[in-house]
Amino acid sequence: MSGTDCTIEPLGESALLLRFGSIIDRALNDRVHAAASALRTTALPGVEDIAPAYASLLLRFDPRRWPDTEVLVGAVRKALARTEVAAGDAEPADTAVVELPVRYGGEHGPDLAEVAALTSLTQGEVIARHVASDYRVAMLGFAPGFAYLLGLDAALAVPRLSSPRLRVPAGSVAIGGAQTGVYPSVLPGGWRLIGRTPLRLFDPAHAPPARLAPGLRVRLRAIDAATYAALSEHAA
Amino acid sequence: MIEVLTPGLQTSLQDRGRPGLAHLGIGRAGAADLPALRLAHALVGNPPDACALEITLTGPTLRLHRDVEIALTGAPVAAEANGRALPGWTPLRLKAGSVLRLGGMRHGCRSYLAVRGGIDVAAVLGSRSQDLNAGLGPLAGRPLRAGDRLPLGAMNAFAGAADRAAWSLDPRPWFDGAVARPLRLLSGTHTERLDAASREALFAASFRIAAASNRVGCRLDGPRLALHAPLELISEGVVAGTVQLPPNGQPIVLLCEHPVSGGYPRIGQLAAVDLPRLAQRRPGDALRFAPVDAGEAARLLEAREQRLLRMETAIARRRAAS
Repeated sequence: MSGTDCTIEPLGESALLLRFGSIIDRALNDRVHAAASALRTTALPGVEDIAPAYASLLLRFDPRRWPDTEVLVGAVRKALARTEVAAGDAEPADTAVVELPVRYGGEHGPDLAEVAALTSLTQGEVIARHVASDYRVAMLGFAPGFAYLLGLDAALAVPRLSSPRLRVPAGSVAIGGAQTGVYPSVLPGGWRLIGRTPLRLFDPAHAPPARLAPGLRVRLRAIDAATYAALSEHAA
Repeated sequence: MIEVLTPGLQTSLQDRGRPGLAHLGIGRAGAADLPALRLAHALVGNPPDACALEITLTGPTLRLHRDVEIALTGAPVAAEANGRALPGWTPLRLKAGSVLRLGGMRHGCRSYLAVRGGIDVAAVLGSRSQDLNAGLGPLAGRPLRAGDRLPLGAMNAFAGAADRAAWSLDPRPWFDGAVARPLRLLSGTHTERLDAASREALFAASFRIAAASNRVGCRLDGPRLALHAPLELISEGVVAGTVQLPPNGQPIVLLCEHPVSGGYPRIGQLAAVDLPRLAQRRPGDALRFAPVDAGEAARLLEAREQRLLRMETAIARRRAAS
């Protein structure tokens, strides 16, 4: 399938939604990031946001720069076709890899034992499987800096909590259904918490404010309590 | 400097917002009624990207620690200083030491208080808008509270002697208190998935703005809408004005602090020209939709933008002449 093979529908007068599919799938998501990168490179005038989701891409634009949406649709399709010729369809191997240290279990991952019980694995096996995956940031959403990671081992999929927590600590590494992610700040949340990273993932005073950007590859590394304490960037 | 004596129901710092960061999960936020914000700034001679106060339903009491020039736009809010009632939609001058009391709104939901020089707090990620839902922006994105001290930008000395301009704007094109007039709705990705009764109710029924509405979105009470078959969707991008249908059947029209993506069916898209009118509906107000096509919605938006630009130019000319 080619990167230009997407539907493009207007979302009001100042946005386009490029849809590549309707399921959560790594190859589909790769095409979303390839398209996002192509459009960022092309830098069409008046385009304010290029925001990837699992299988779609939102393009927000100034309607005064593009009074005829069809003209913008044409320009977008041309930009996608051009990069296709240049890059082909393969997942870019040179995507940057971010390593996140994670302290699993205990006070940092209060739901680890329950996840182990639900998956009929030991806690050690849950951790081993969770750090073994090569993850990719599919999209950010829900809250500033919240990264949805693709690549969770299917054996680790567990249902969300029936009653969400009101305060999930910043840095919590969690599983919700077939998805995994890291809470960038204190938030309400219904995912099961299996660990916590000592790194600060979202800081509005930092440029860029989010450590995880769409399309980045992520590796997790299990650390001990002393390392967590030494690396901790969270406010006490 | 402006000192907040009482904060009102929910008063926040707003500018045009924080575009360009949706890919990091950061929404645009900004003023809910952008034309009202722009006109307030124009009235006091501020650039359109300055920061003002957005006031919700009941206004704050503020002590002014220097001579200021202010303007109030948006919903008509009771305003008083030094024992005198103050009109909206005109530049006003108040002396240092004055206490500005903003009260309730007869109708509408949001007023804008612009101060010449602008509220000069440090921008966060390129904007002085407080995203109250995300807790992002100046003052960590929390609404104003008693004791807050708001710095003001540099300002030229008053040109004339009068404390009130001899002219004011006609608010009518910019504030619409007539809740009977329908808001125009474009069809959405899943409009055709509504069952027959719901598709009819969408334009025939009268909805009501629910109490749980805020800057994230207006929740609508009214007939429960349903799809003819359930739809499992994955998260996709949304924009202000997107009408989502959660499983409880009560639509949500997204406003300025909407999350960047959502997984609910999208049963319509409010015409952008009517977003300020939605932002001025308060809990309990009626709301009806009327269908509009994309071409007409774009024409209406462009016509409104032209009117705004002409108005800003005309105000600048009046200010220069007075």
